[in-house]
Amino acid sequence: MIRYALSRLISLTLSLIVASMVIFAVIEVIPGDPASFMLGVNAREDTLAALRAEMGLDQPLHVRYVDWVWGMLRGDFGNSWTYKTPVADMIADRVWVSLPLALYALILSTLLAFPAGIYAASRRGRIGDTAVMSATQLGVAIPNFWFAMIMVLIFAINLRWFSAGGFPGWDRGFWGGMKALTLPAISLALPQAAILARVMRSSLLDMLGEDFIRTARAKGLSKRQALWRHAVRNALIPVLTIIGLQFSFLLAGGIIIEQVFFLPGLGRLIFQAISARDLIVVESVVMLLVFVVIVVNFAVDLAYAAVDPRLRTQA
Amino acid sequence: MKRGLILGAVLTLMFVAAALVSFVWTPFDIESLDIPNKLHAPNAKNILGTDHFGRDILSMIMMGARTSIAVALLAVGIGMCIGMPLGLWAAARRGAFIDEFIMRGNDLIFAFPSLVIAILITAVFGAGAVNAIIAIGIFNIPVFARLTRGAALSLWERDFILAARVSGKSSFRISYEHILPNIANLMIVQGTIQFSLGILAEAALSYIGLGAQPPTASWGRMLADAQTLVSLAPHVALMPGMAIVLMVLGLNLLGDGLRDWLDPRMRVART
Repeated sequence: MIRYALSRLISLTLSLIVASMVIFAVIEVIPGDPASFMLGVNAREDTLAALRAEMGLDQPLHVRYVDWVWGMLRGDFGNSWTYKTPVADMIADRVWVSLPLALYALILSTLLAFPAGIYAASRRGRIGDTAVMSATQLGVAIPNFWFAMIMVLIFAINLRWFSAGGFPGWDRGFWGGMKALTLPAISLALPQAAILARVMRSSLLDMLGEDFIRTARAKGLSKRQALWRHAVRNALIPVLTIIGLQFSFLLAGGIIIEQVFFLPGLGRLIFQAISARDLIVVESVVMLLVFVVIVVNFAVDLAYAAVDPRLRTQA
Repeated sequence: MKRGLILGAVLTLMFVAAALVSFVWTPFDIESLDIPNKLHAPNAKNILGTDHFGRDILSMIMMGARTSIAVALLAVGIGMCIGMPLGLWAAARRGAFIDEFIMRGNDLIFAFPSLVIAILITAVFGAGAVNAIIAIGIFNIPVFARLTRGAALSLWERDFILAARVSGKSSFRISYEHILPNIANLMIVQGTIQFSLGILAEAALSYIGLGAQPPTASWGRMLADAQTLVSLAPHVALMPGMAIVLMVLGLNLLGDGLRDWLDPRMRVART
């Protein structure tokens, strides 16, 4: 297990290095000179030179790359080009909206998908199964931002149970914040729950065909007991992978939902930065998102190997 | 599940036909604004109603179908044309350095959600439909590469491939003449599924302003415009959304139906 973890750790580090190089290349090398990109074509040469020196662009590329990575490792993402404030602080403010939103959605999606998937599998081929499967078929076809708009129309505008958007801030109380995130989390969770329910169902059906279930039944367990005591636990392994993948998707997908509800999260930050040509902010947020995806996948791989020793051999 | 296949094919063909017809005819001209007729609910003249500029929503949806289909189709094309050869190559050189290299490269691309790729491209080059195509296309590459490699690997173990090798064919010719025809069905099914994901991704990207720019009609942009009007005229938001749902549903049903119909043995895990 330790050898497996180490080999995964090495590949994690390599992925992070290559990903950071790709991001650095796209943001800082391809546009040519970020200083003239920011100031436009009519900028005077001395202004450009001053800005270049201020942003550290007079250094050679590899020095800038190493500085950037070394800074990030110490929690220093540089200063925003437009606001002149540390990018790390800007991100820290927004993460407390985006991260809880993704977690909230993940919990909702799991709570919805597990019972639905287990129910459908236990009713295989019967009307309950068909109903759940049709609902999930519809669920994966609905764009989450459109679903969000419909929910605003019903629950915020007509019923007035929630506000249509905005975020009061966590300092104004935990429940107020949770309430503001509820509609966004539901809209983010629904399509994911549909996918997860399908995976749960097919994984359970695979398990129900296994010999150990027949043994459990032969031993005298009822169908229901065999399902709950033996099949569900084993079926969770593939489901775990999907949950891991979904977390990174929910974090990135939250960027779109934040736009629907005017939430001050990473999405708002990144769009403001794009329109202000504040590339260093874009670079940092993208790196953060990719970092989360890679680390979550690593964690899922480890969790997977911890529950299923067979996987440790194929490093 | 023949019913699903037929329903899916009908829905898909309906949108493809709408997109094609829009090249020669739409019920109304969407270039001209007709402000006095703005935000009309569905009626006999404008069967899906009008938007905030008085433009006919049915005509807009027909034009939007064109954008959606073009973007998603090209993105699937990019993913397939690059991903499939890479997968075939990796499978032909299984276990060698190039196999490892291609697969690790795929893992790396998987770490970049298509939204993030679109953000990167837009931040540097500005927004546009082409960026959406590239972003979704790049996202599709590892999907096809992995699927191709997985299917090809099991084919390489089969006796008819051994026979081809004994007869002296190169691994390039074997990949092209024997492996490719045997995975074509799988590619068609996955292509349909990626097509539907592409429609959703295009709508999301143009909704947040990273996709097709006005005056190009697109379903995502229609929804973005409708957002502030939801309480005044819900149909402005409902109609384009329904179009997306029906098209994606149709493609998914078509994909599932094709999978069962073309090869009942190949149960592909849906991603």
